[in-house]
Amino acid sequence: MSLAALLRRELALAWGRGGGPLLACAFYVAMAALLPLAAGPSPERLAAVAPGSAWVALALASLLSLERLFERDFEDGALDLLTLAPAPLELVCAVKCLAQWIAAGAPLAVLAPVVCIALGADPSLAPLTFVCALVGGLGFAFTGGLGAALALGSRRGGLLIAVIVLPLFAPPVIFGGGAIEAMASGLHWRAGLLLLSAYSLAAVALSPLAMAAACRNALS
Amino acid sequence: MIPALANPQRFMDFSRWAAPWLGALAAALIAIGLWLGFTAPEDYQQGDTVRIMFIHVPAAWMGLFAYLCLGVASFIGLVFRHALADAAARAAAPLGAAFTGLALVTGSLWGKPMWGTWWQWDARMTSVLVLFLFYLGYMALQAAIEDEAKADRAAAILAMVGLINLPIVHYSVEWWNTLHQGESIFRKGGPAMAAVYLWPLGIMALGYTALFGSLWLVRIRAEVWRRRARAAAMKVVS
Amino acid sequence: MGKYAIFVWPAYGVTALVLLWMVFDSLGRARRWRIRASKRPEDQGDRP
Repeated sequence: MSLAALLRRELALAWGRGGGPLLACAFYVAMAALLPLAAGPSPERLAAVAPGSAWVALALASLLSLERLFERDFEDGALDLLTLAPAPLELVCAVKCLAQWIAAGAPLAVLAPVVCIALGADPSLAPLTFVCALVGGLGFAFTGGLGAALALGSRRGGLLIAVIVLPLFAPPVIFGGGAIEAMASGLHWRAGLLLLSAYSLAAVALSPLAMAAACRNALS
Repeated sequence: MIPALANPQRFMDFSRWAAPWLGALAAALIAIGLWLGFTAPEDYQQGDTVRIMFIHVPAAWMGLFAYLCLGVASFIGLVFRHALADAAARAAAPLGAAFTGLALVTGSLWGKPMWGTWWQWDARMTSVLVLFLFYLGYMALQAAIEDEAKADRAAAILAMVGLINLPIVHYSVEWWNTLHQGESIFRKGGPAMAAVYLWPLGIMALGYTALFGSLWLVRIRAEVWRRRARAAAMKVVS
Repeated sequence: MGKYAIFVWPAYGVTALVLLWMVFDSLGRARRWRIRASKRPEDQGDRP
C-alpha cells in the first residue's frame, strides 16, 4: 500500500472512528464548560486561568482517540500486514499519527481560540493560541501514538495510555501554556513557541522509531 | 565486572555476599548520618527544619539514581536481550518509586515551614513529581501486559523514552520559571553549605545508596527465583 | 525543636516507615520465591 493510500485510509478511519473529530471537539467544549462551573464565574479569575486551562483541556482531548489508533488494526490482523508492507513500519506509524493530527488535532486547534475567548481571555491571544494548539497537537499526536503502541495487547487500554503519556505531555503543555501566558502578561512569547515547535518536531522524528519497536513487540 | 555478573549463577553467588554486606554498610552509614544530623546545630535561618534536608535530598538523589539504573538495565535488556537485565530493571522500579515518593513527601514537609507553601512548582520538585508519575506508568505498563517478555520489552522502550523526557521536563519548568522574573528563585540549602551540614548529608546519601544497592540485589535475586519457579511450573504443564 | 517539630518528626516517621517497608518487602519477596523455586523437583540447577 502506498503511503498516500495509507494516509487516505487512516484519515478515513480517523474521521469515522466513533464520531471522529466531533467527539474530541465535544469533549473539549464540555471540559471547558466545566471550568467556570467549578471555579466560579468571576470573570477576572476565569480570564487569568483561561489560556492555561484551554491548553490543558486540549491535551486531554487529544488523548481520547488514541486507544483506537493501533488497536483495531492490531485486533483484526491489519497491523501484521502493515509490517510486511514495502514501507517501513516506522513510516506507517508516522502516517497514522499524522492522520490523527489532521483529523482530530486540527479541528481542536480551531476550537482552542474560541474556547479561550469564551473563558474570558483577551481576543488578541487567539492567533497564538491557534498556532500553539496546532503545533502542540502534532506533538500530542506523536507522543500519544507512542503510548498507544506501548499499551497494545494490554489489559487496561485508555487509562494506561494516559498514565504513560502524561509525563511526556508535560513539556509541550509547559512550553505552549507558557507561551500563551507570556503573551497575556506582555512578556516574550516567541521562545515558548519555538521550544514547543522543537518538541513537536523531535516527537515527529523520534517517536515513530519507538512506536514501530513497540508494535513489533506486541505482534511478536 | 558487568560481564562477570551477566551469568545468572555468578550473579547469585556475587549477590549472596554482596547484598548483606551492603545492607550492613547501609545500616552503619545511616546510623552515623542520623546521629550527625541530630547533633548538628540548628540553622540560623531554617531552625530545626534543616534536619529534613538530610532525609529529603538523599531520597531525591536515590529516586534519580534508581531511574538511571533502570534505564541502563532496560537498555542492556533491550539491545542484548538479556533476561537478567530485564529482571534488574523490573526490580529497580518499586525502590525508585518509594524513594521518589519519599522525596515528594519530605520535600513538602520541608517546604511548608521554609517558604510557607506545601508545594513549589520549581524545576526540581516538578521533575521529581513527573519522575514519580513515570515510575507509576512504568510499573502499570508491566503489570498490564500478560506476556512477561513483551511486558519487559514494552517497559524498556518506555524507560528509554522517559530517560530522554526527564531532562526536557526539568528544562521546561526552569524556562517557565525564568519567564516570571519577578518571582524569587527558590534555592534549597543556600549558596554554600556549612561543613557541619555537609557531613550528615553526604553520609546519609552514601547510606541510602548502599541501601538501594543492597535491596536492588535482593530484589533481583527474588526475580531470578521467580522466573525459575515459573519456568519449572511451565515445564510441568508442557 | 519547638514549632518545627510538627514537620520534622512526621518527615522522619514517614521515611522510617517507607525504608522499613522497602527492606521487609524485598527480603520477604526473596525468601518466598527462593522457597517456591527450590520446591520444584524439576528444578535441577539450584544451589542450596
